[in-house]
Amino acid sequence: MEIKRETLADTSSLRVRQHQARDLLRGDMGDEELERYVEERVLTTTVEKAVGWAQGNSIYPLTFGLACCAIEMMAIVGARMDVARFGWEAMRASPRQADLIILSGRVSIKMAPVIRRLWDQMLEPKWAISMGACCSSMGVFNNYALVPADKFMPIDVHVPGCPPRPESLMHGILKLRDKIQGHSVEGWRERYAATGTEELLPDAADLGTANVNVFKPGDTAGA
Amino acid sequence: MTVTGRGSDADPSTTLSEGYRKREESITLSSEPAGVDETHELLTLNIGPHHPATHGVLRLITTLEGEVVRDIKPIIGYVHTGIEKTAEDKAYWKVIPVVERMDYLSYYFNAMAFCGAVETLLGLEIPPRAQYLRVIHLELNRINSHLLWLGTSALDLGAISMFWYCFREREKILDLFEMSSGQRFHTRYIQVGGVMEDIPAGFEANVRKFLKDMPNRADQYADLLEKNQIVIERLRGTGIVDRETMIKLGVTGPLLRATGEPWDLRKAHPYSSYDHFDFKIPVGTVGDNYDRYRVRHAEFYESVKIIEQALDGLPEGPHITPDRKVALPPRHELATSMEALIHHFKLVTEGFRVPPGEAYYPIEGPRGELGCFVRADGSAKPARVHMRDPSFVNLQALAPMVRDGYIADLIATLAMLDPILGGIDR
Repeated sequence: MEIKRETLADTSSLRVRQHQARDLLRGDMGDEELERYVEERVLTTTVEKAVGWAQGNSIYPLTFGLACCAIEMMAIVGARMDVARFGWEAMRASPRQADLIILSGRVSIKMAPVIRRLWDQMLEPKWAISMGACCSSMGVFNNYALVPADKFMPIDVHVPGCPPRPESLMHGILKLRDKIQGHSVEGWRERYAATGTEELLPDAADLGTANVNVFKPGDTAGA
Repeated sequence: MTVTGRGSDADPSTTLSEGYRKREESITLSSEPAGVDETHELLTLNIGPHHPATHGVLRLITTLEGEVVRDIKPIIGYVHTGIEKTAEDKAYWKVIPVVERMDYLSYYFNAMAFCGAVETLLGLEIPPRAQYLRVIHLELNRINSHLLWLGTSALDLGAISMFWYCFREREKILDLFEMSSGQRFHTRYIQVGGVMEDIPAGFEANVRKFLKDMPNRADQYADLLEKNQIVIERLRGTGIVDRETMIKLGVTGPLLRATGEPWDLRKAHPYSSYDHFDFKIPVGTVGDNYDRYRVRHAEFYESVKIIEQALDGLPEGPHITPDRKVALPPRHELATSMEALIHHFKLVTEGFRVPPGEAYYPIEGPRGELGCFVRADGSAKPARVHMRDPSFVNLQALAPMVRDGYIADLIATLAMLDPILGGIDR
């Protein structure tokens, strides 16, 4: 096999480029020269595309498990699936730091308000994956106790299975990555103009009367 | 609180440290009724239902005095799925996939307990090969469940690499399950009357390969954890509850065995030919978190021993009962036998009928006594299915374990308790 080796650029051209860069930074570069320089050196893109590319490759999922699917969700962090290949492995315990909630398992009526609260606490931009049959359609149970996730929060990707294999979840994750990076059809956000849906806390100064656990300085003097 | 500042006549450094000692001594570890002594400030802290250390959606209301836990109330029901009620509306053999999803880490055990209860009601004789195949899968499932417990518990203690090592072994077991039944989770392998299918060619070789590996891996886990000072300090001497309290609370499984009580249903009340195998019951001495860890860790080796013996002595014969009223006829018979076709049709449409009566069938799950109570009314659907789930009963022991200990030990104790919320809430 023939191996082609490219010679390193000679030092004189490197010196020329250094001078050009210095002229550019100083503002000494002329119009034509500047245009040619920019054309050669700068890769142009839109901000949305660049941000989308970065967001899709660094998602922080919420550490949140409900039932059987949570075990398979943990398996994608394991060595065989290794979700770290896509930059989705940094699990966050707090919804304030998370970008993605994976509803992994059955959602009971008692749990649904809690999940909605967690979803509201997450900051935009945020995404949701409904993992498994229970969470999407109540699955094999389909009884009084469960509620499908679509009833109380918007879901970006549904992953079928009972429970889905880690490969299925990986497929769902890649679908969501495509969506985040902007190669997708219209989703629920566009349909419902749903942006800026995070929970807002009241002004910090108004705390006190409504929150029993918050004390003003001096309140606990006798304790 | 009075701050002992720099006194005019004393050496400043000793006064400061004395003040610190005094404050430190004011925290006592003795039990005190909440709110009696005015000098102590109690704080109610809510943990959960979403918290990474609660192993599911468990909610804990803790009463703290400084860093010391004075009281704890677990609140459950966040994954209540109505499985017991759903089971009443399904034919007996269609109940199996539903009950499997209760305690989602021990699906073979759930199916075994339910099928055992139904078989008791039917008075079925289980072929020896089916019993051995059940034992092989049950013990693989026990290793699987303990591996997940070890990985996540070690994660709670800060040993993150254990998670990856345990999941590596888990994937191997799940591959074996997939080979014998086609699914990783909720395999529905155990069937009323036996098992769904005979093991495929090559399964035995793969299991043996895994069994050769597993003791070495368990040795490595022990080396990683037991030679680590942090793990020892976090586990040894924390969460101690004595044997009598555990028995009074109805706690079973590794938690009870860690206190020195050798209670194991595989020995005490053998089922599915467990009396054919030679194995030991690991017991602890003190009943602290370290003993709980050691007991489960020792069960890795015992389960491996049981599976090896079951593979060596695997009898020939049918994998399911020949009773056509209960078990589906083999596929090839459908094309030739009218009778087989009728049985098949009857089973698939209505299911088999069970004579009226009640049965309770307890087995030793990875977390303790897993029993299934089935009441039959003579129809093809059970009148009542109830599971005695060990996680539910064992969770009662959480309060005596963590009371008057530090809140950091609460996390370690909860991890060593190994509750599965799917089993608790059902």
